Amino acid sequence: MDANATIERGVGFARSSTGASIVTAFGAVLFLDLVAKLAGVSLGPLETPWFGIWFGGDIAVGQFAGFIWDGIVIGVVIGLASIGLSLTYSILNFANFAHGDYVTAGAFSGWAVTYVIAGIGGLLAITESAVNAVTGLGTYRLEDADLVRLVLLQTAPLEAGANMWLSPAAIVIGLVAAAGMTIVLSLILDRLVYRPMRDADGISLLIASIGVAFAVRYLVALVFGANRRIVTSSEKLPSANLGGVIVDAHEVTLVVVAAILMFGLHVLLQRTKLGKAMRAMADNRSLAQVTGIPTERVIKSTWIIGAGLTGAAGFLLVLSQGGLGFQTGWLLLLLIFAAVIMGGIGSIYGAIAGGLVIGLASRVSLVWLQGDLASFARPTAFALMILVLLFRPSGIFGGVKTA
Amino acid sequence: MSQTTTDDVLAPLRRVFANDAAKVAVMYIAIWVVFYAFGNHLGYGNSGMLSLVRRVTFLAAVYGIVVLALNIQWGYAGLFNIGVAGFMAVGAYTVAMLSSPPAGSPPGLGLPLPIGVLGGILAATLVGLVAALPALRLKADYLAIVTVAISEIIRITYNSPAFSDVTGGARGFGNLPTSPVETLLLQDPTSPASEATSLGETVFSFAAEYGISQFAVVNTLYTVGVLLVLLVVYLLLERAGKSPYGRVLKAIREDETAAQSLGKDTQNFKVRAFALGCGLMGLAGIVWFAMGPRASVTPQTFRPNITFYIFIALIIGGAGSNTGSVLGGALFASLLFEAPPMIRSIIQETFQVSANPGNLIEALIPIASGNLAPLGGFLLNNIDSLRFIGMGILLVVLIQRKPDGLLGARKETAAGVPLTADTRPDTGRADADAAAVDGGETDE
Amino acid sequence: MSEDDAPSVADADIPDDVDVPEDVEPETMDSDVEESAKTVPRSVPLRVEGLRKEFGGITAVDGATFAVEEGSLTGLIGPNGAGKSTTFNCITGVHEADAGDVYFRGEEISGEQPHDIVERGLVRTFQIARQLGEMTVLENVMLAPGGQQGESITRSVLPGTRGRVVAQERELREKAWETLEFFELDHLATEYAGNLSGGQRKLLELARALMTDPSVLLLDEPFAGVNPTLEEKLLDRIHDLREQGLTFLLVEHDMDLIMQNCEHVIVMHQGRVLDEGPPERIKNNEEVIEAYLGGEV
Ligand SMILES: Nc1ncnc2c1ncn2[C@@H]1O[C@H](COP(=O)(O)OP(=O)(O)OP(=O)(O)O)[C@@H](O)[C@H]1O
Ligand SMILES: [Mg+2]
Repeated sequence: MDANATIERGVGFARSSTGASIVTAFGAVLFLDLVAKLAGVSLGPLETPWFGIWFGGDIAVGQFAGFIWDGIVIGVVIGLASIGLSLTYSILNFANFAHGDYVTAGAFSGWAVTYVIAGIGGLLAITESAVNAVTGLGTYRLEDADLVRLVLLQTAPLEAGANMWLSPAAIVIGLVAAAGMTIVLSLILDRLVYRPMRDADGISLLIASIGVAFAVRYLVALVFGANRRIVTSSEKLPSANLGGVIVDAHEVTLVVVAAILMFGLHVLLQRTKLGKAMRAMADNRSLAQVTGIPTERVIKSTWIIGAGLTGAAGFLLVLSQGGLGFQTGWLLLLLIFAAVIMGGIGSIYGAIAGGLVIGLASRVSLVWLQGDLASFARPTAFALMILVLLFRPSGIFGGVKTA
Repeated sequence: MSQTTTDDVLAPLRRVFANDAAKVAVMYIAIWVVFYAFGNHLGYGNSGMLSLVRRVTFLAAVYGIVVLALNIQWGYAGLFNIGVAGFMAVGAYTVAMLSSPPAGSPPGLGLPLPIGVLGGILAATLVGLVAALPALRLKADYLAIVTVAISEIIRITYNSPAFSDVTGGARGFGNLPTSPVETLLLQDPTSPASEATSLGETVFSFAAEYGISQFAVVNTLYTVGVLLVLLVVYLLLERAGKSPYGRVLKAIREDETAAQSLGKDTQNFKVRAFALGCGLMGLAGIVWFAMGPRASVTPQTFRPNITFYIFIALIIGGAGSNTGSVLGGALFASLLFEAPPMIRSIIQETFQVSANPGNLIEALIPIASGNLAPLGGFLLNNIDSLRFIGMGILLVVLIQRKPDGLLGARKETAAGVPLTADTRPDTGRADADAAAVDGGETDE
Repeated sequence: MSEDDAPSVADADIPDDVDVPEDVEPETMDSDVEESAKTVPRSVPLRVEGLRKEFGGITAVDGATFAVEEGSLTGLIGPNGAGKSTTFNCITGVHEADAGDVYFRGEEISGEQPHDIVERGLVRTFQIARQLGEMTVLENVMLAPGGQQGESITRSVLPGTRGRVVAQERELREKAWETLEFFELDHLATEYAGNLSGGQRKLLELARALMTDPSVLLLDEPFAGVNPTLEEKLLDRIHDLREQGLTFLLVEHDMDLIMQNCEHVIVMHQGRVLDEGPPERIKNNEEVIEAYLGGEV
């Protein structure tokens, strides 16, 4: 009983404002340190019995700006992917552990399409071949392309030539295909797995989603192979050096497309009845049902919106990073969860903001995690998520519902 | 309970199968028989056969231990911990750091193995406690996310080049302690080919008569040791489960508010169950990875996948039942893990499958012309992926159709004494007590 | 003030706390009640002051103040949604009240954990029975008692102490059987609680609560779905237990039952205490009748 009292006190302490103020103070110290580093001011070492602590130091503004830009790029992708997870979490009431594999599925299916189009030589070439095939005149270029290798993303990136400069149409069509295929996948899985379990508790659904995650991930591995590969071609890809930050066309495309998608979603949810119905369902499913909201239709729309954005996020992720493998989405899953939790489950804007916070945190933390410590960028994001869960389970933005 | 005369003939048989020990024994024997048949079919010799059966037994046993540990957390207390891999990692790494020879790289402290093992268990318990104190107040699905995040943090920490002097970094801890069997039988335990001790001499020469190598003897004896550990953990958890303690855990799983309103300090019970489970996961990590035939402590080993295997095994066996956990672990390890490669070899041998298409499309195209061999060959070559797809589907089907598991019963009663109808004060209670199923009655 | 429950308030170092209700409450009562309260002073194990609880926009309990006398069978009535169950939840720590204090035997217990409150001897049952469905009826009942040796893992597991645990379990089992027999649940002892009927679940809930050895019991509609003969029997049992010194606060919608069995009745309406007093008076209070009729529409 005594031990328990100690536990109670400890938890009480951590939960009280004292705990929160320690976190704030820690943040403040880091901020001051960052400012000092950027200004090139260095104090120290402050001797402790074990090691010296340096305050400040030296970090190039350009390098820091690079961290920020990288953070925004990855943050936007995470934000996009986390919208779907946040929506299904609040409306279907379970943490979907297969969500990362939806990202993977979107990435592979979209890039397969992009690869085929780009590999044949772009839309024009396809049209030309089609015309030639029908009329019997000219060359029939489909024949020299190794379609099988293209579809399976096994052609070398330079040979396929998939990039925003050489084959923008292939990229755009691939993006649409990624969204479309992920939607189809999510609806099939909903029909087979989740719909028969509508009344099940969150944990049963979570376990089912782990099963789905395994099946989808290794199905991708079975079809596309288990190796990680590079798919984007960097040939002639425009890029600019903005004050030490290298920004390439793919990253810009990513941010622009993501912004358009997010704005579109905003309009969709604000201007239509669907948005209202989704909010009502997130609040209370049985009540929504009683008030005549067609719950099954809303659930379907949720999957469509969520999976569409998730597939697009998978595609864009590969666009900016260049490579993909069957574990790509799975490795991103915890960061997506972190974003959702940060933003407050069910809040779309929260998820977007959470994605940015997580993306930035995972890159900006590199200011302190240099050299051998760089691998702790991900744990930093996880730790942030755990802190939010402990101190503000409704999210740092105050648990504002999708509005 | 009424007993009709027609039942009497089958009654002894039924009683045997109602007995948990019998269930487990039958399961293990069945697995041995199946794998013996596999080996036989593939023409394995004595020592190949021994190593095959030994391997599947080892895996079944270690799965049994870790599934039991998860069962106390999830099956009994309803704590959804999906950070199992992390706690196993802490156990395995700690014992390696404490008990490995100081000369190797990375260097260990060279402490005696029992101290190392104890340290590993304690470290896993402690990490569990630190995680549990705040996290156990969270909703079940938040707890799941937090635990998996913690296990990833643990893995990434061991993986980090920053601490590679101590942990071995990404290459893993290459300098592992020797197992007690090696210490007992070999003069130089670090080398499998070393001279035998006098005890080793007797054992090895006995085994040699059956054509069994020194190496195989060491591994087999270690596996027997793991089975003993499984037995001890099982008995321990049987007692913990069949007691007022287990009863409170079950009540928490069912309805925490109800348990609190009956005066149970549920947080306290949850923390203790979590810590106990984590400590046992540490133990499982030790016997599985830190020594013995599968000794290999690398960060990759402790990816979240292994946690999910353990969950699948527990769900197969039936969460909430210790016997089910042991059975589920054995079934998972044998049928889902060890059998598929065997089956592949057997099929390849029997049907002379040699086709080896590079990808699924090339395998599918010949089907149009009625040639199934390429597809067969492709699927056989990718049996690993197929196995995981199968596991995923199995998990979905189980949770949809048989959430209580294939084998066990989530509903085992939790009490230190039998709770059957004939335990009423005015009926023949003595009989029932004498036939008590739990080990706890024996020490009276 | 009375000292007949001296052991439990022996070191109640806050006599003024205990004085408060006697100073304050008579003012809100009719003079004849004030008389009786003064002439037969009894100690007050449970006192609630200005209790308030909101759910979103709804104020479920809105400044409820009342006291329950030692050894009494007090009725708590009110139309649906009056806030009775929420009051129970706030008293027993299931919900945290937004404002107000709860005193048990002179000590403030607001904000305490439910299990601490149970340990003090204040135990409740739920309106919607919280049976532990995957445990048998016998397990349910054996779960309840406090101070079980075997609730410690080490004592349950270690060879030296397991024997004692088992011995205690055996005694407990015997007691559990007796309790089940009394509640006419013995034929269901090995049944899973999830398979019981609504009335049987309420009985199990009551049986379990009694196994915790309480001194004050808060019962939230304990007879809903229980057959009339058994209801009679339970009432008899409650009266027996009262004579042994237990105190009851009973939520019940059956007016006749309340009026015939309770010596004191508290009426709640819209989160507030509308009136309280002996049944005869409550029966004739226009406001109460109004509230019920209004609430029933
Ligand atoms: N957990 C909760 N969340 C939101 N509102 C609640 C909750 N519990 C109770 N309420 C609301 O508080 C009010 C009081 O409810 P309460 O259950 O206390 O009434 P009651 O007097 O017990 O009614 P009844 O006689 O029907 O049991 C009701 O309007 C109810 O809807
Ligand atoms: Mg009520």
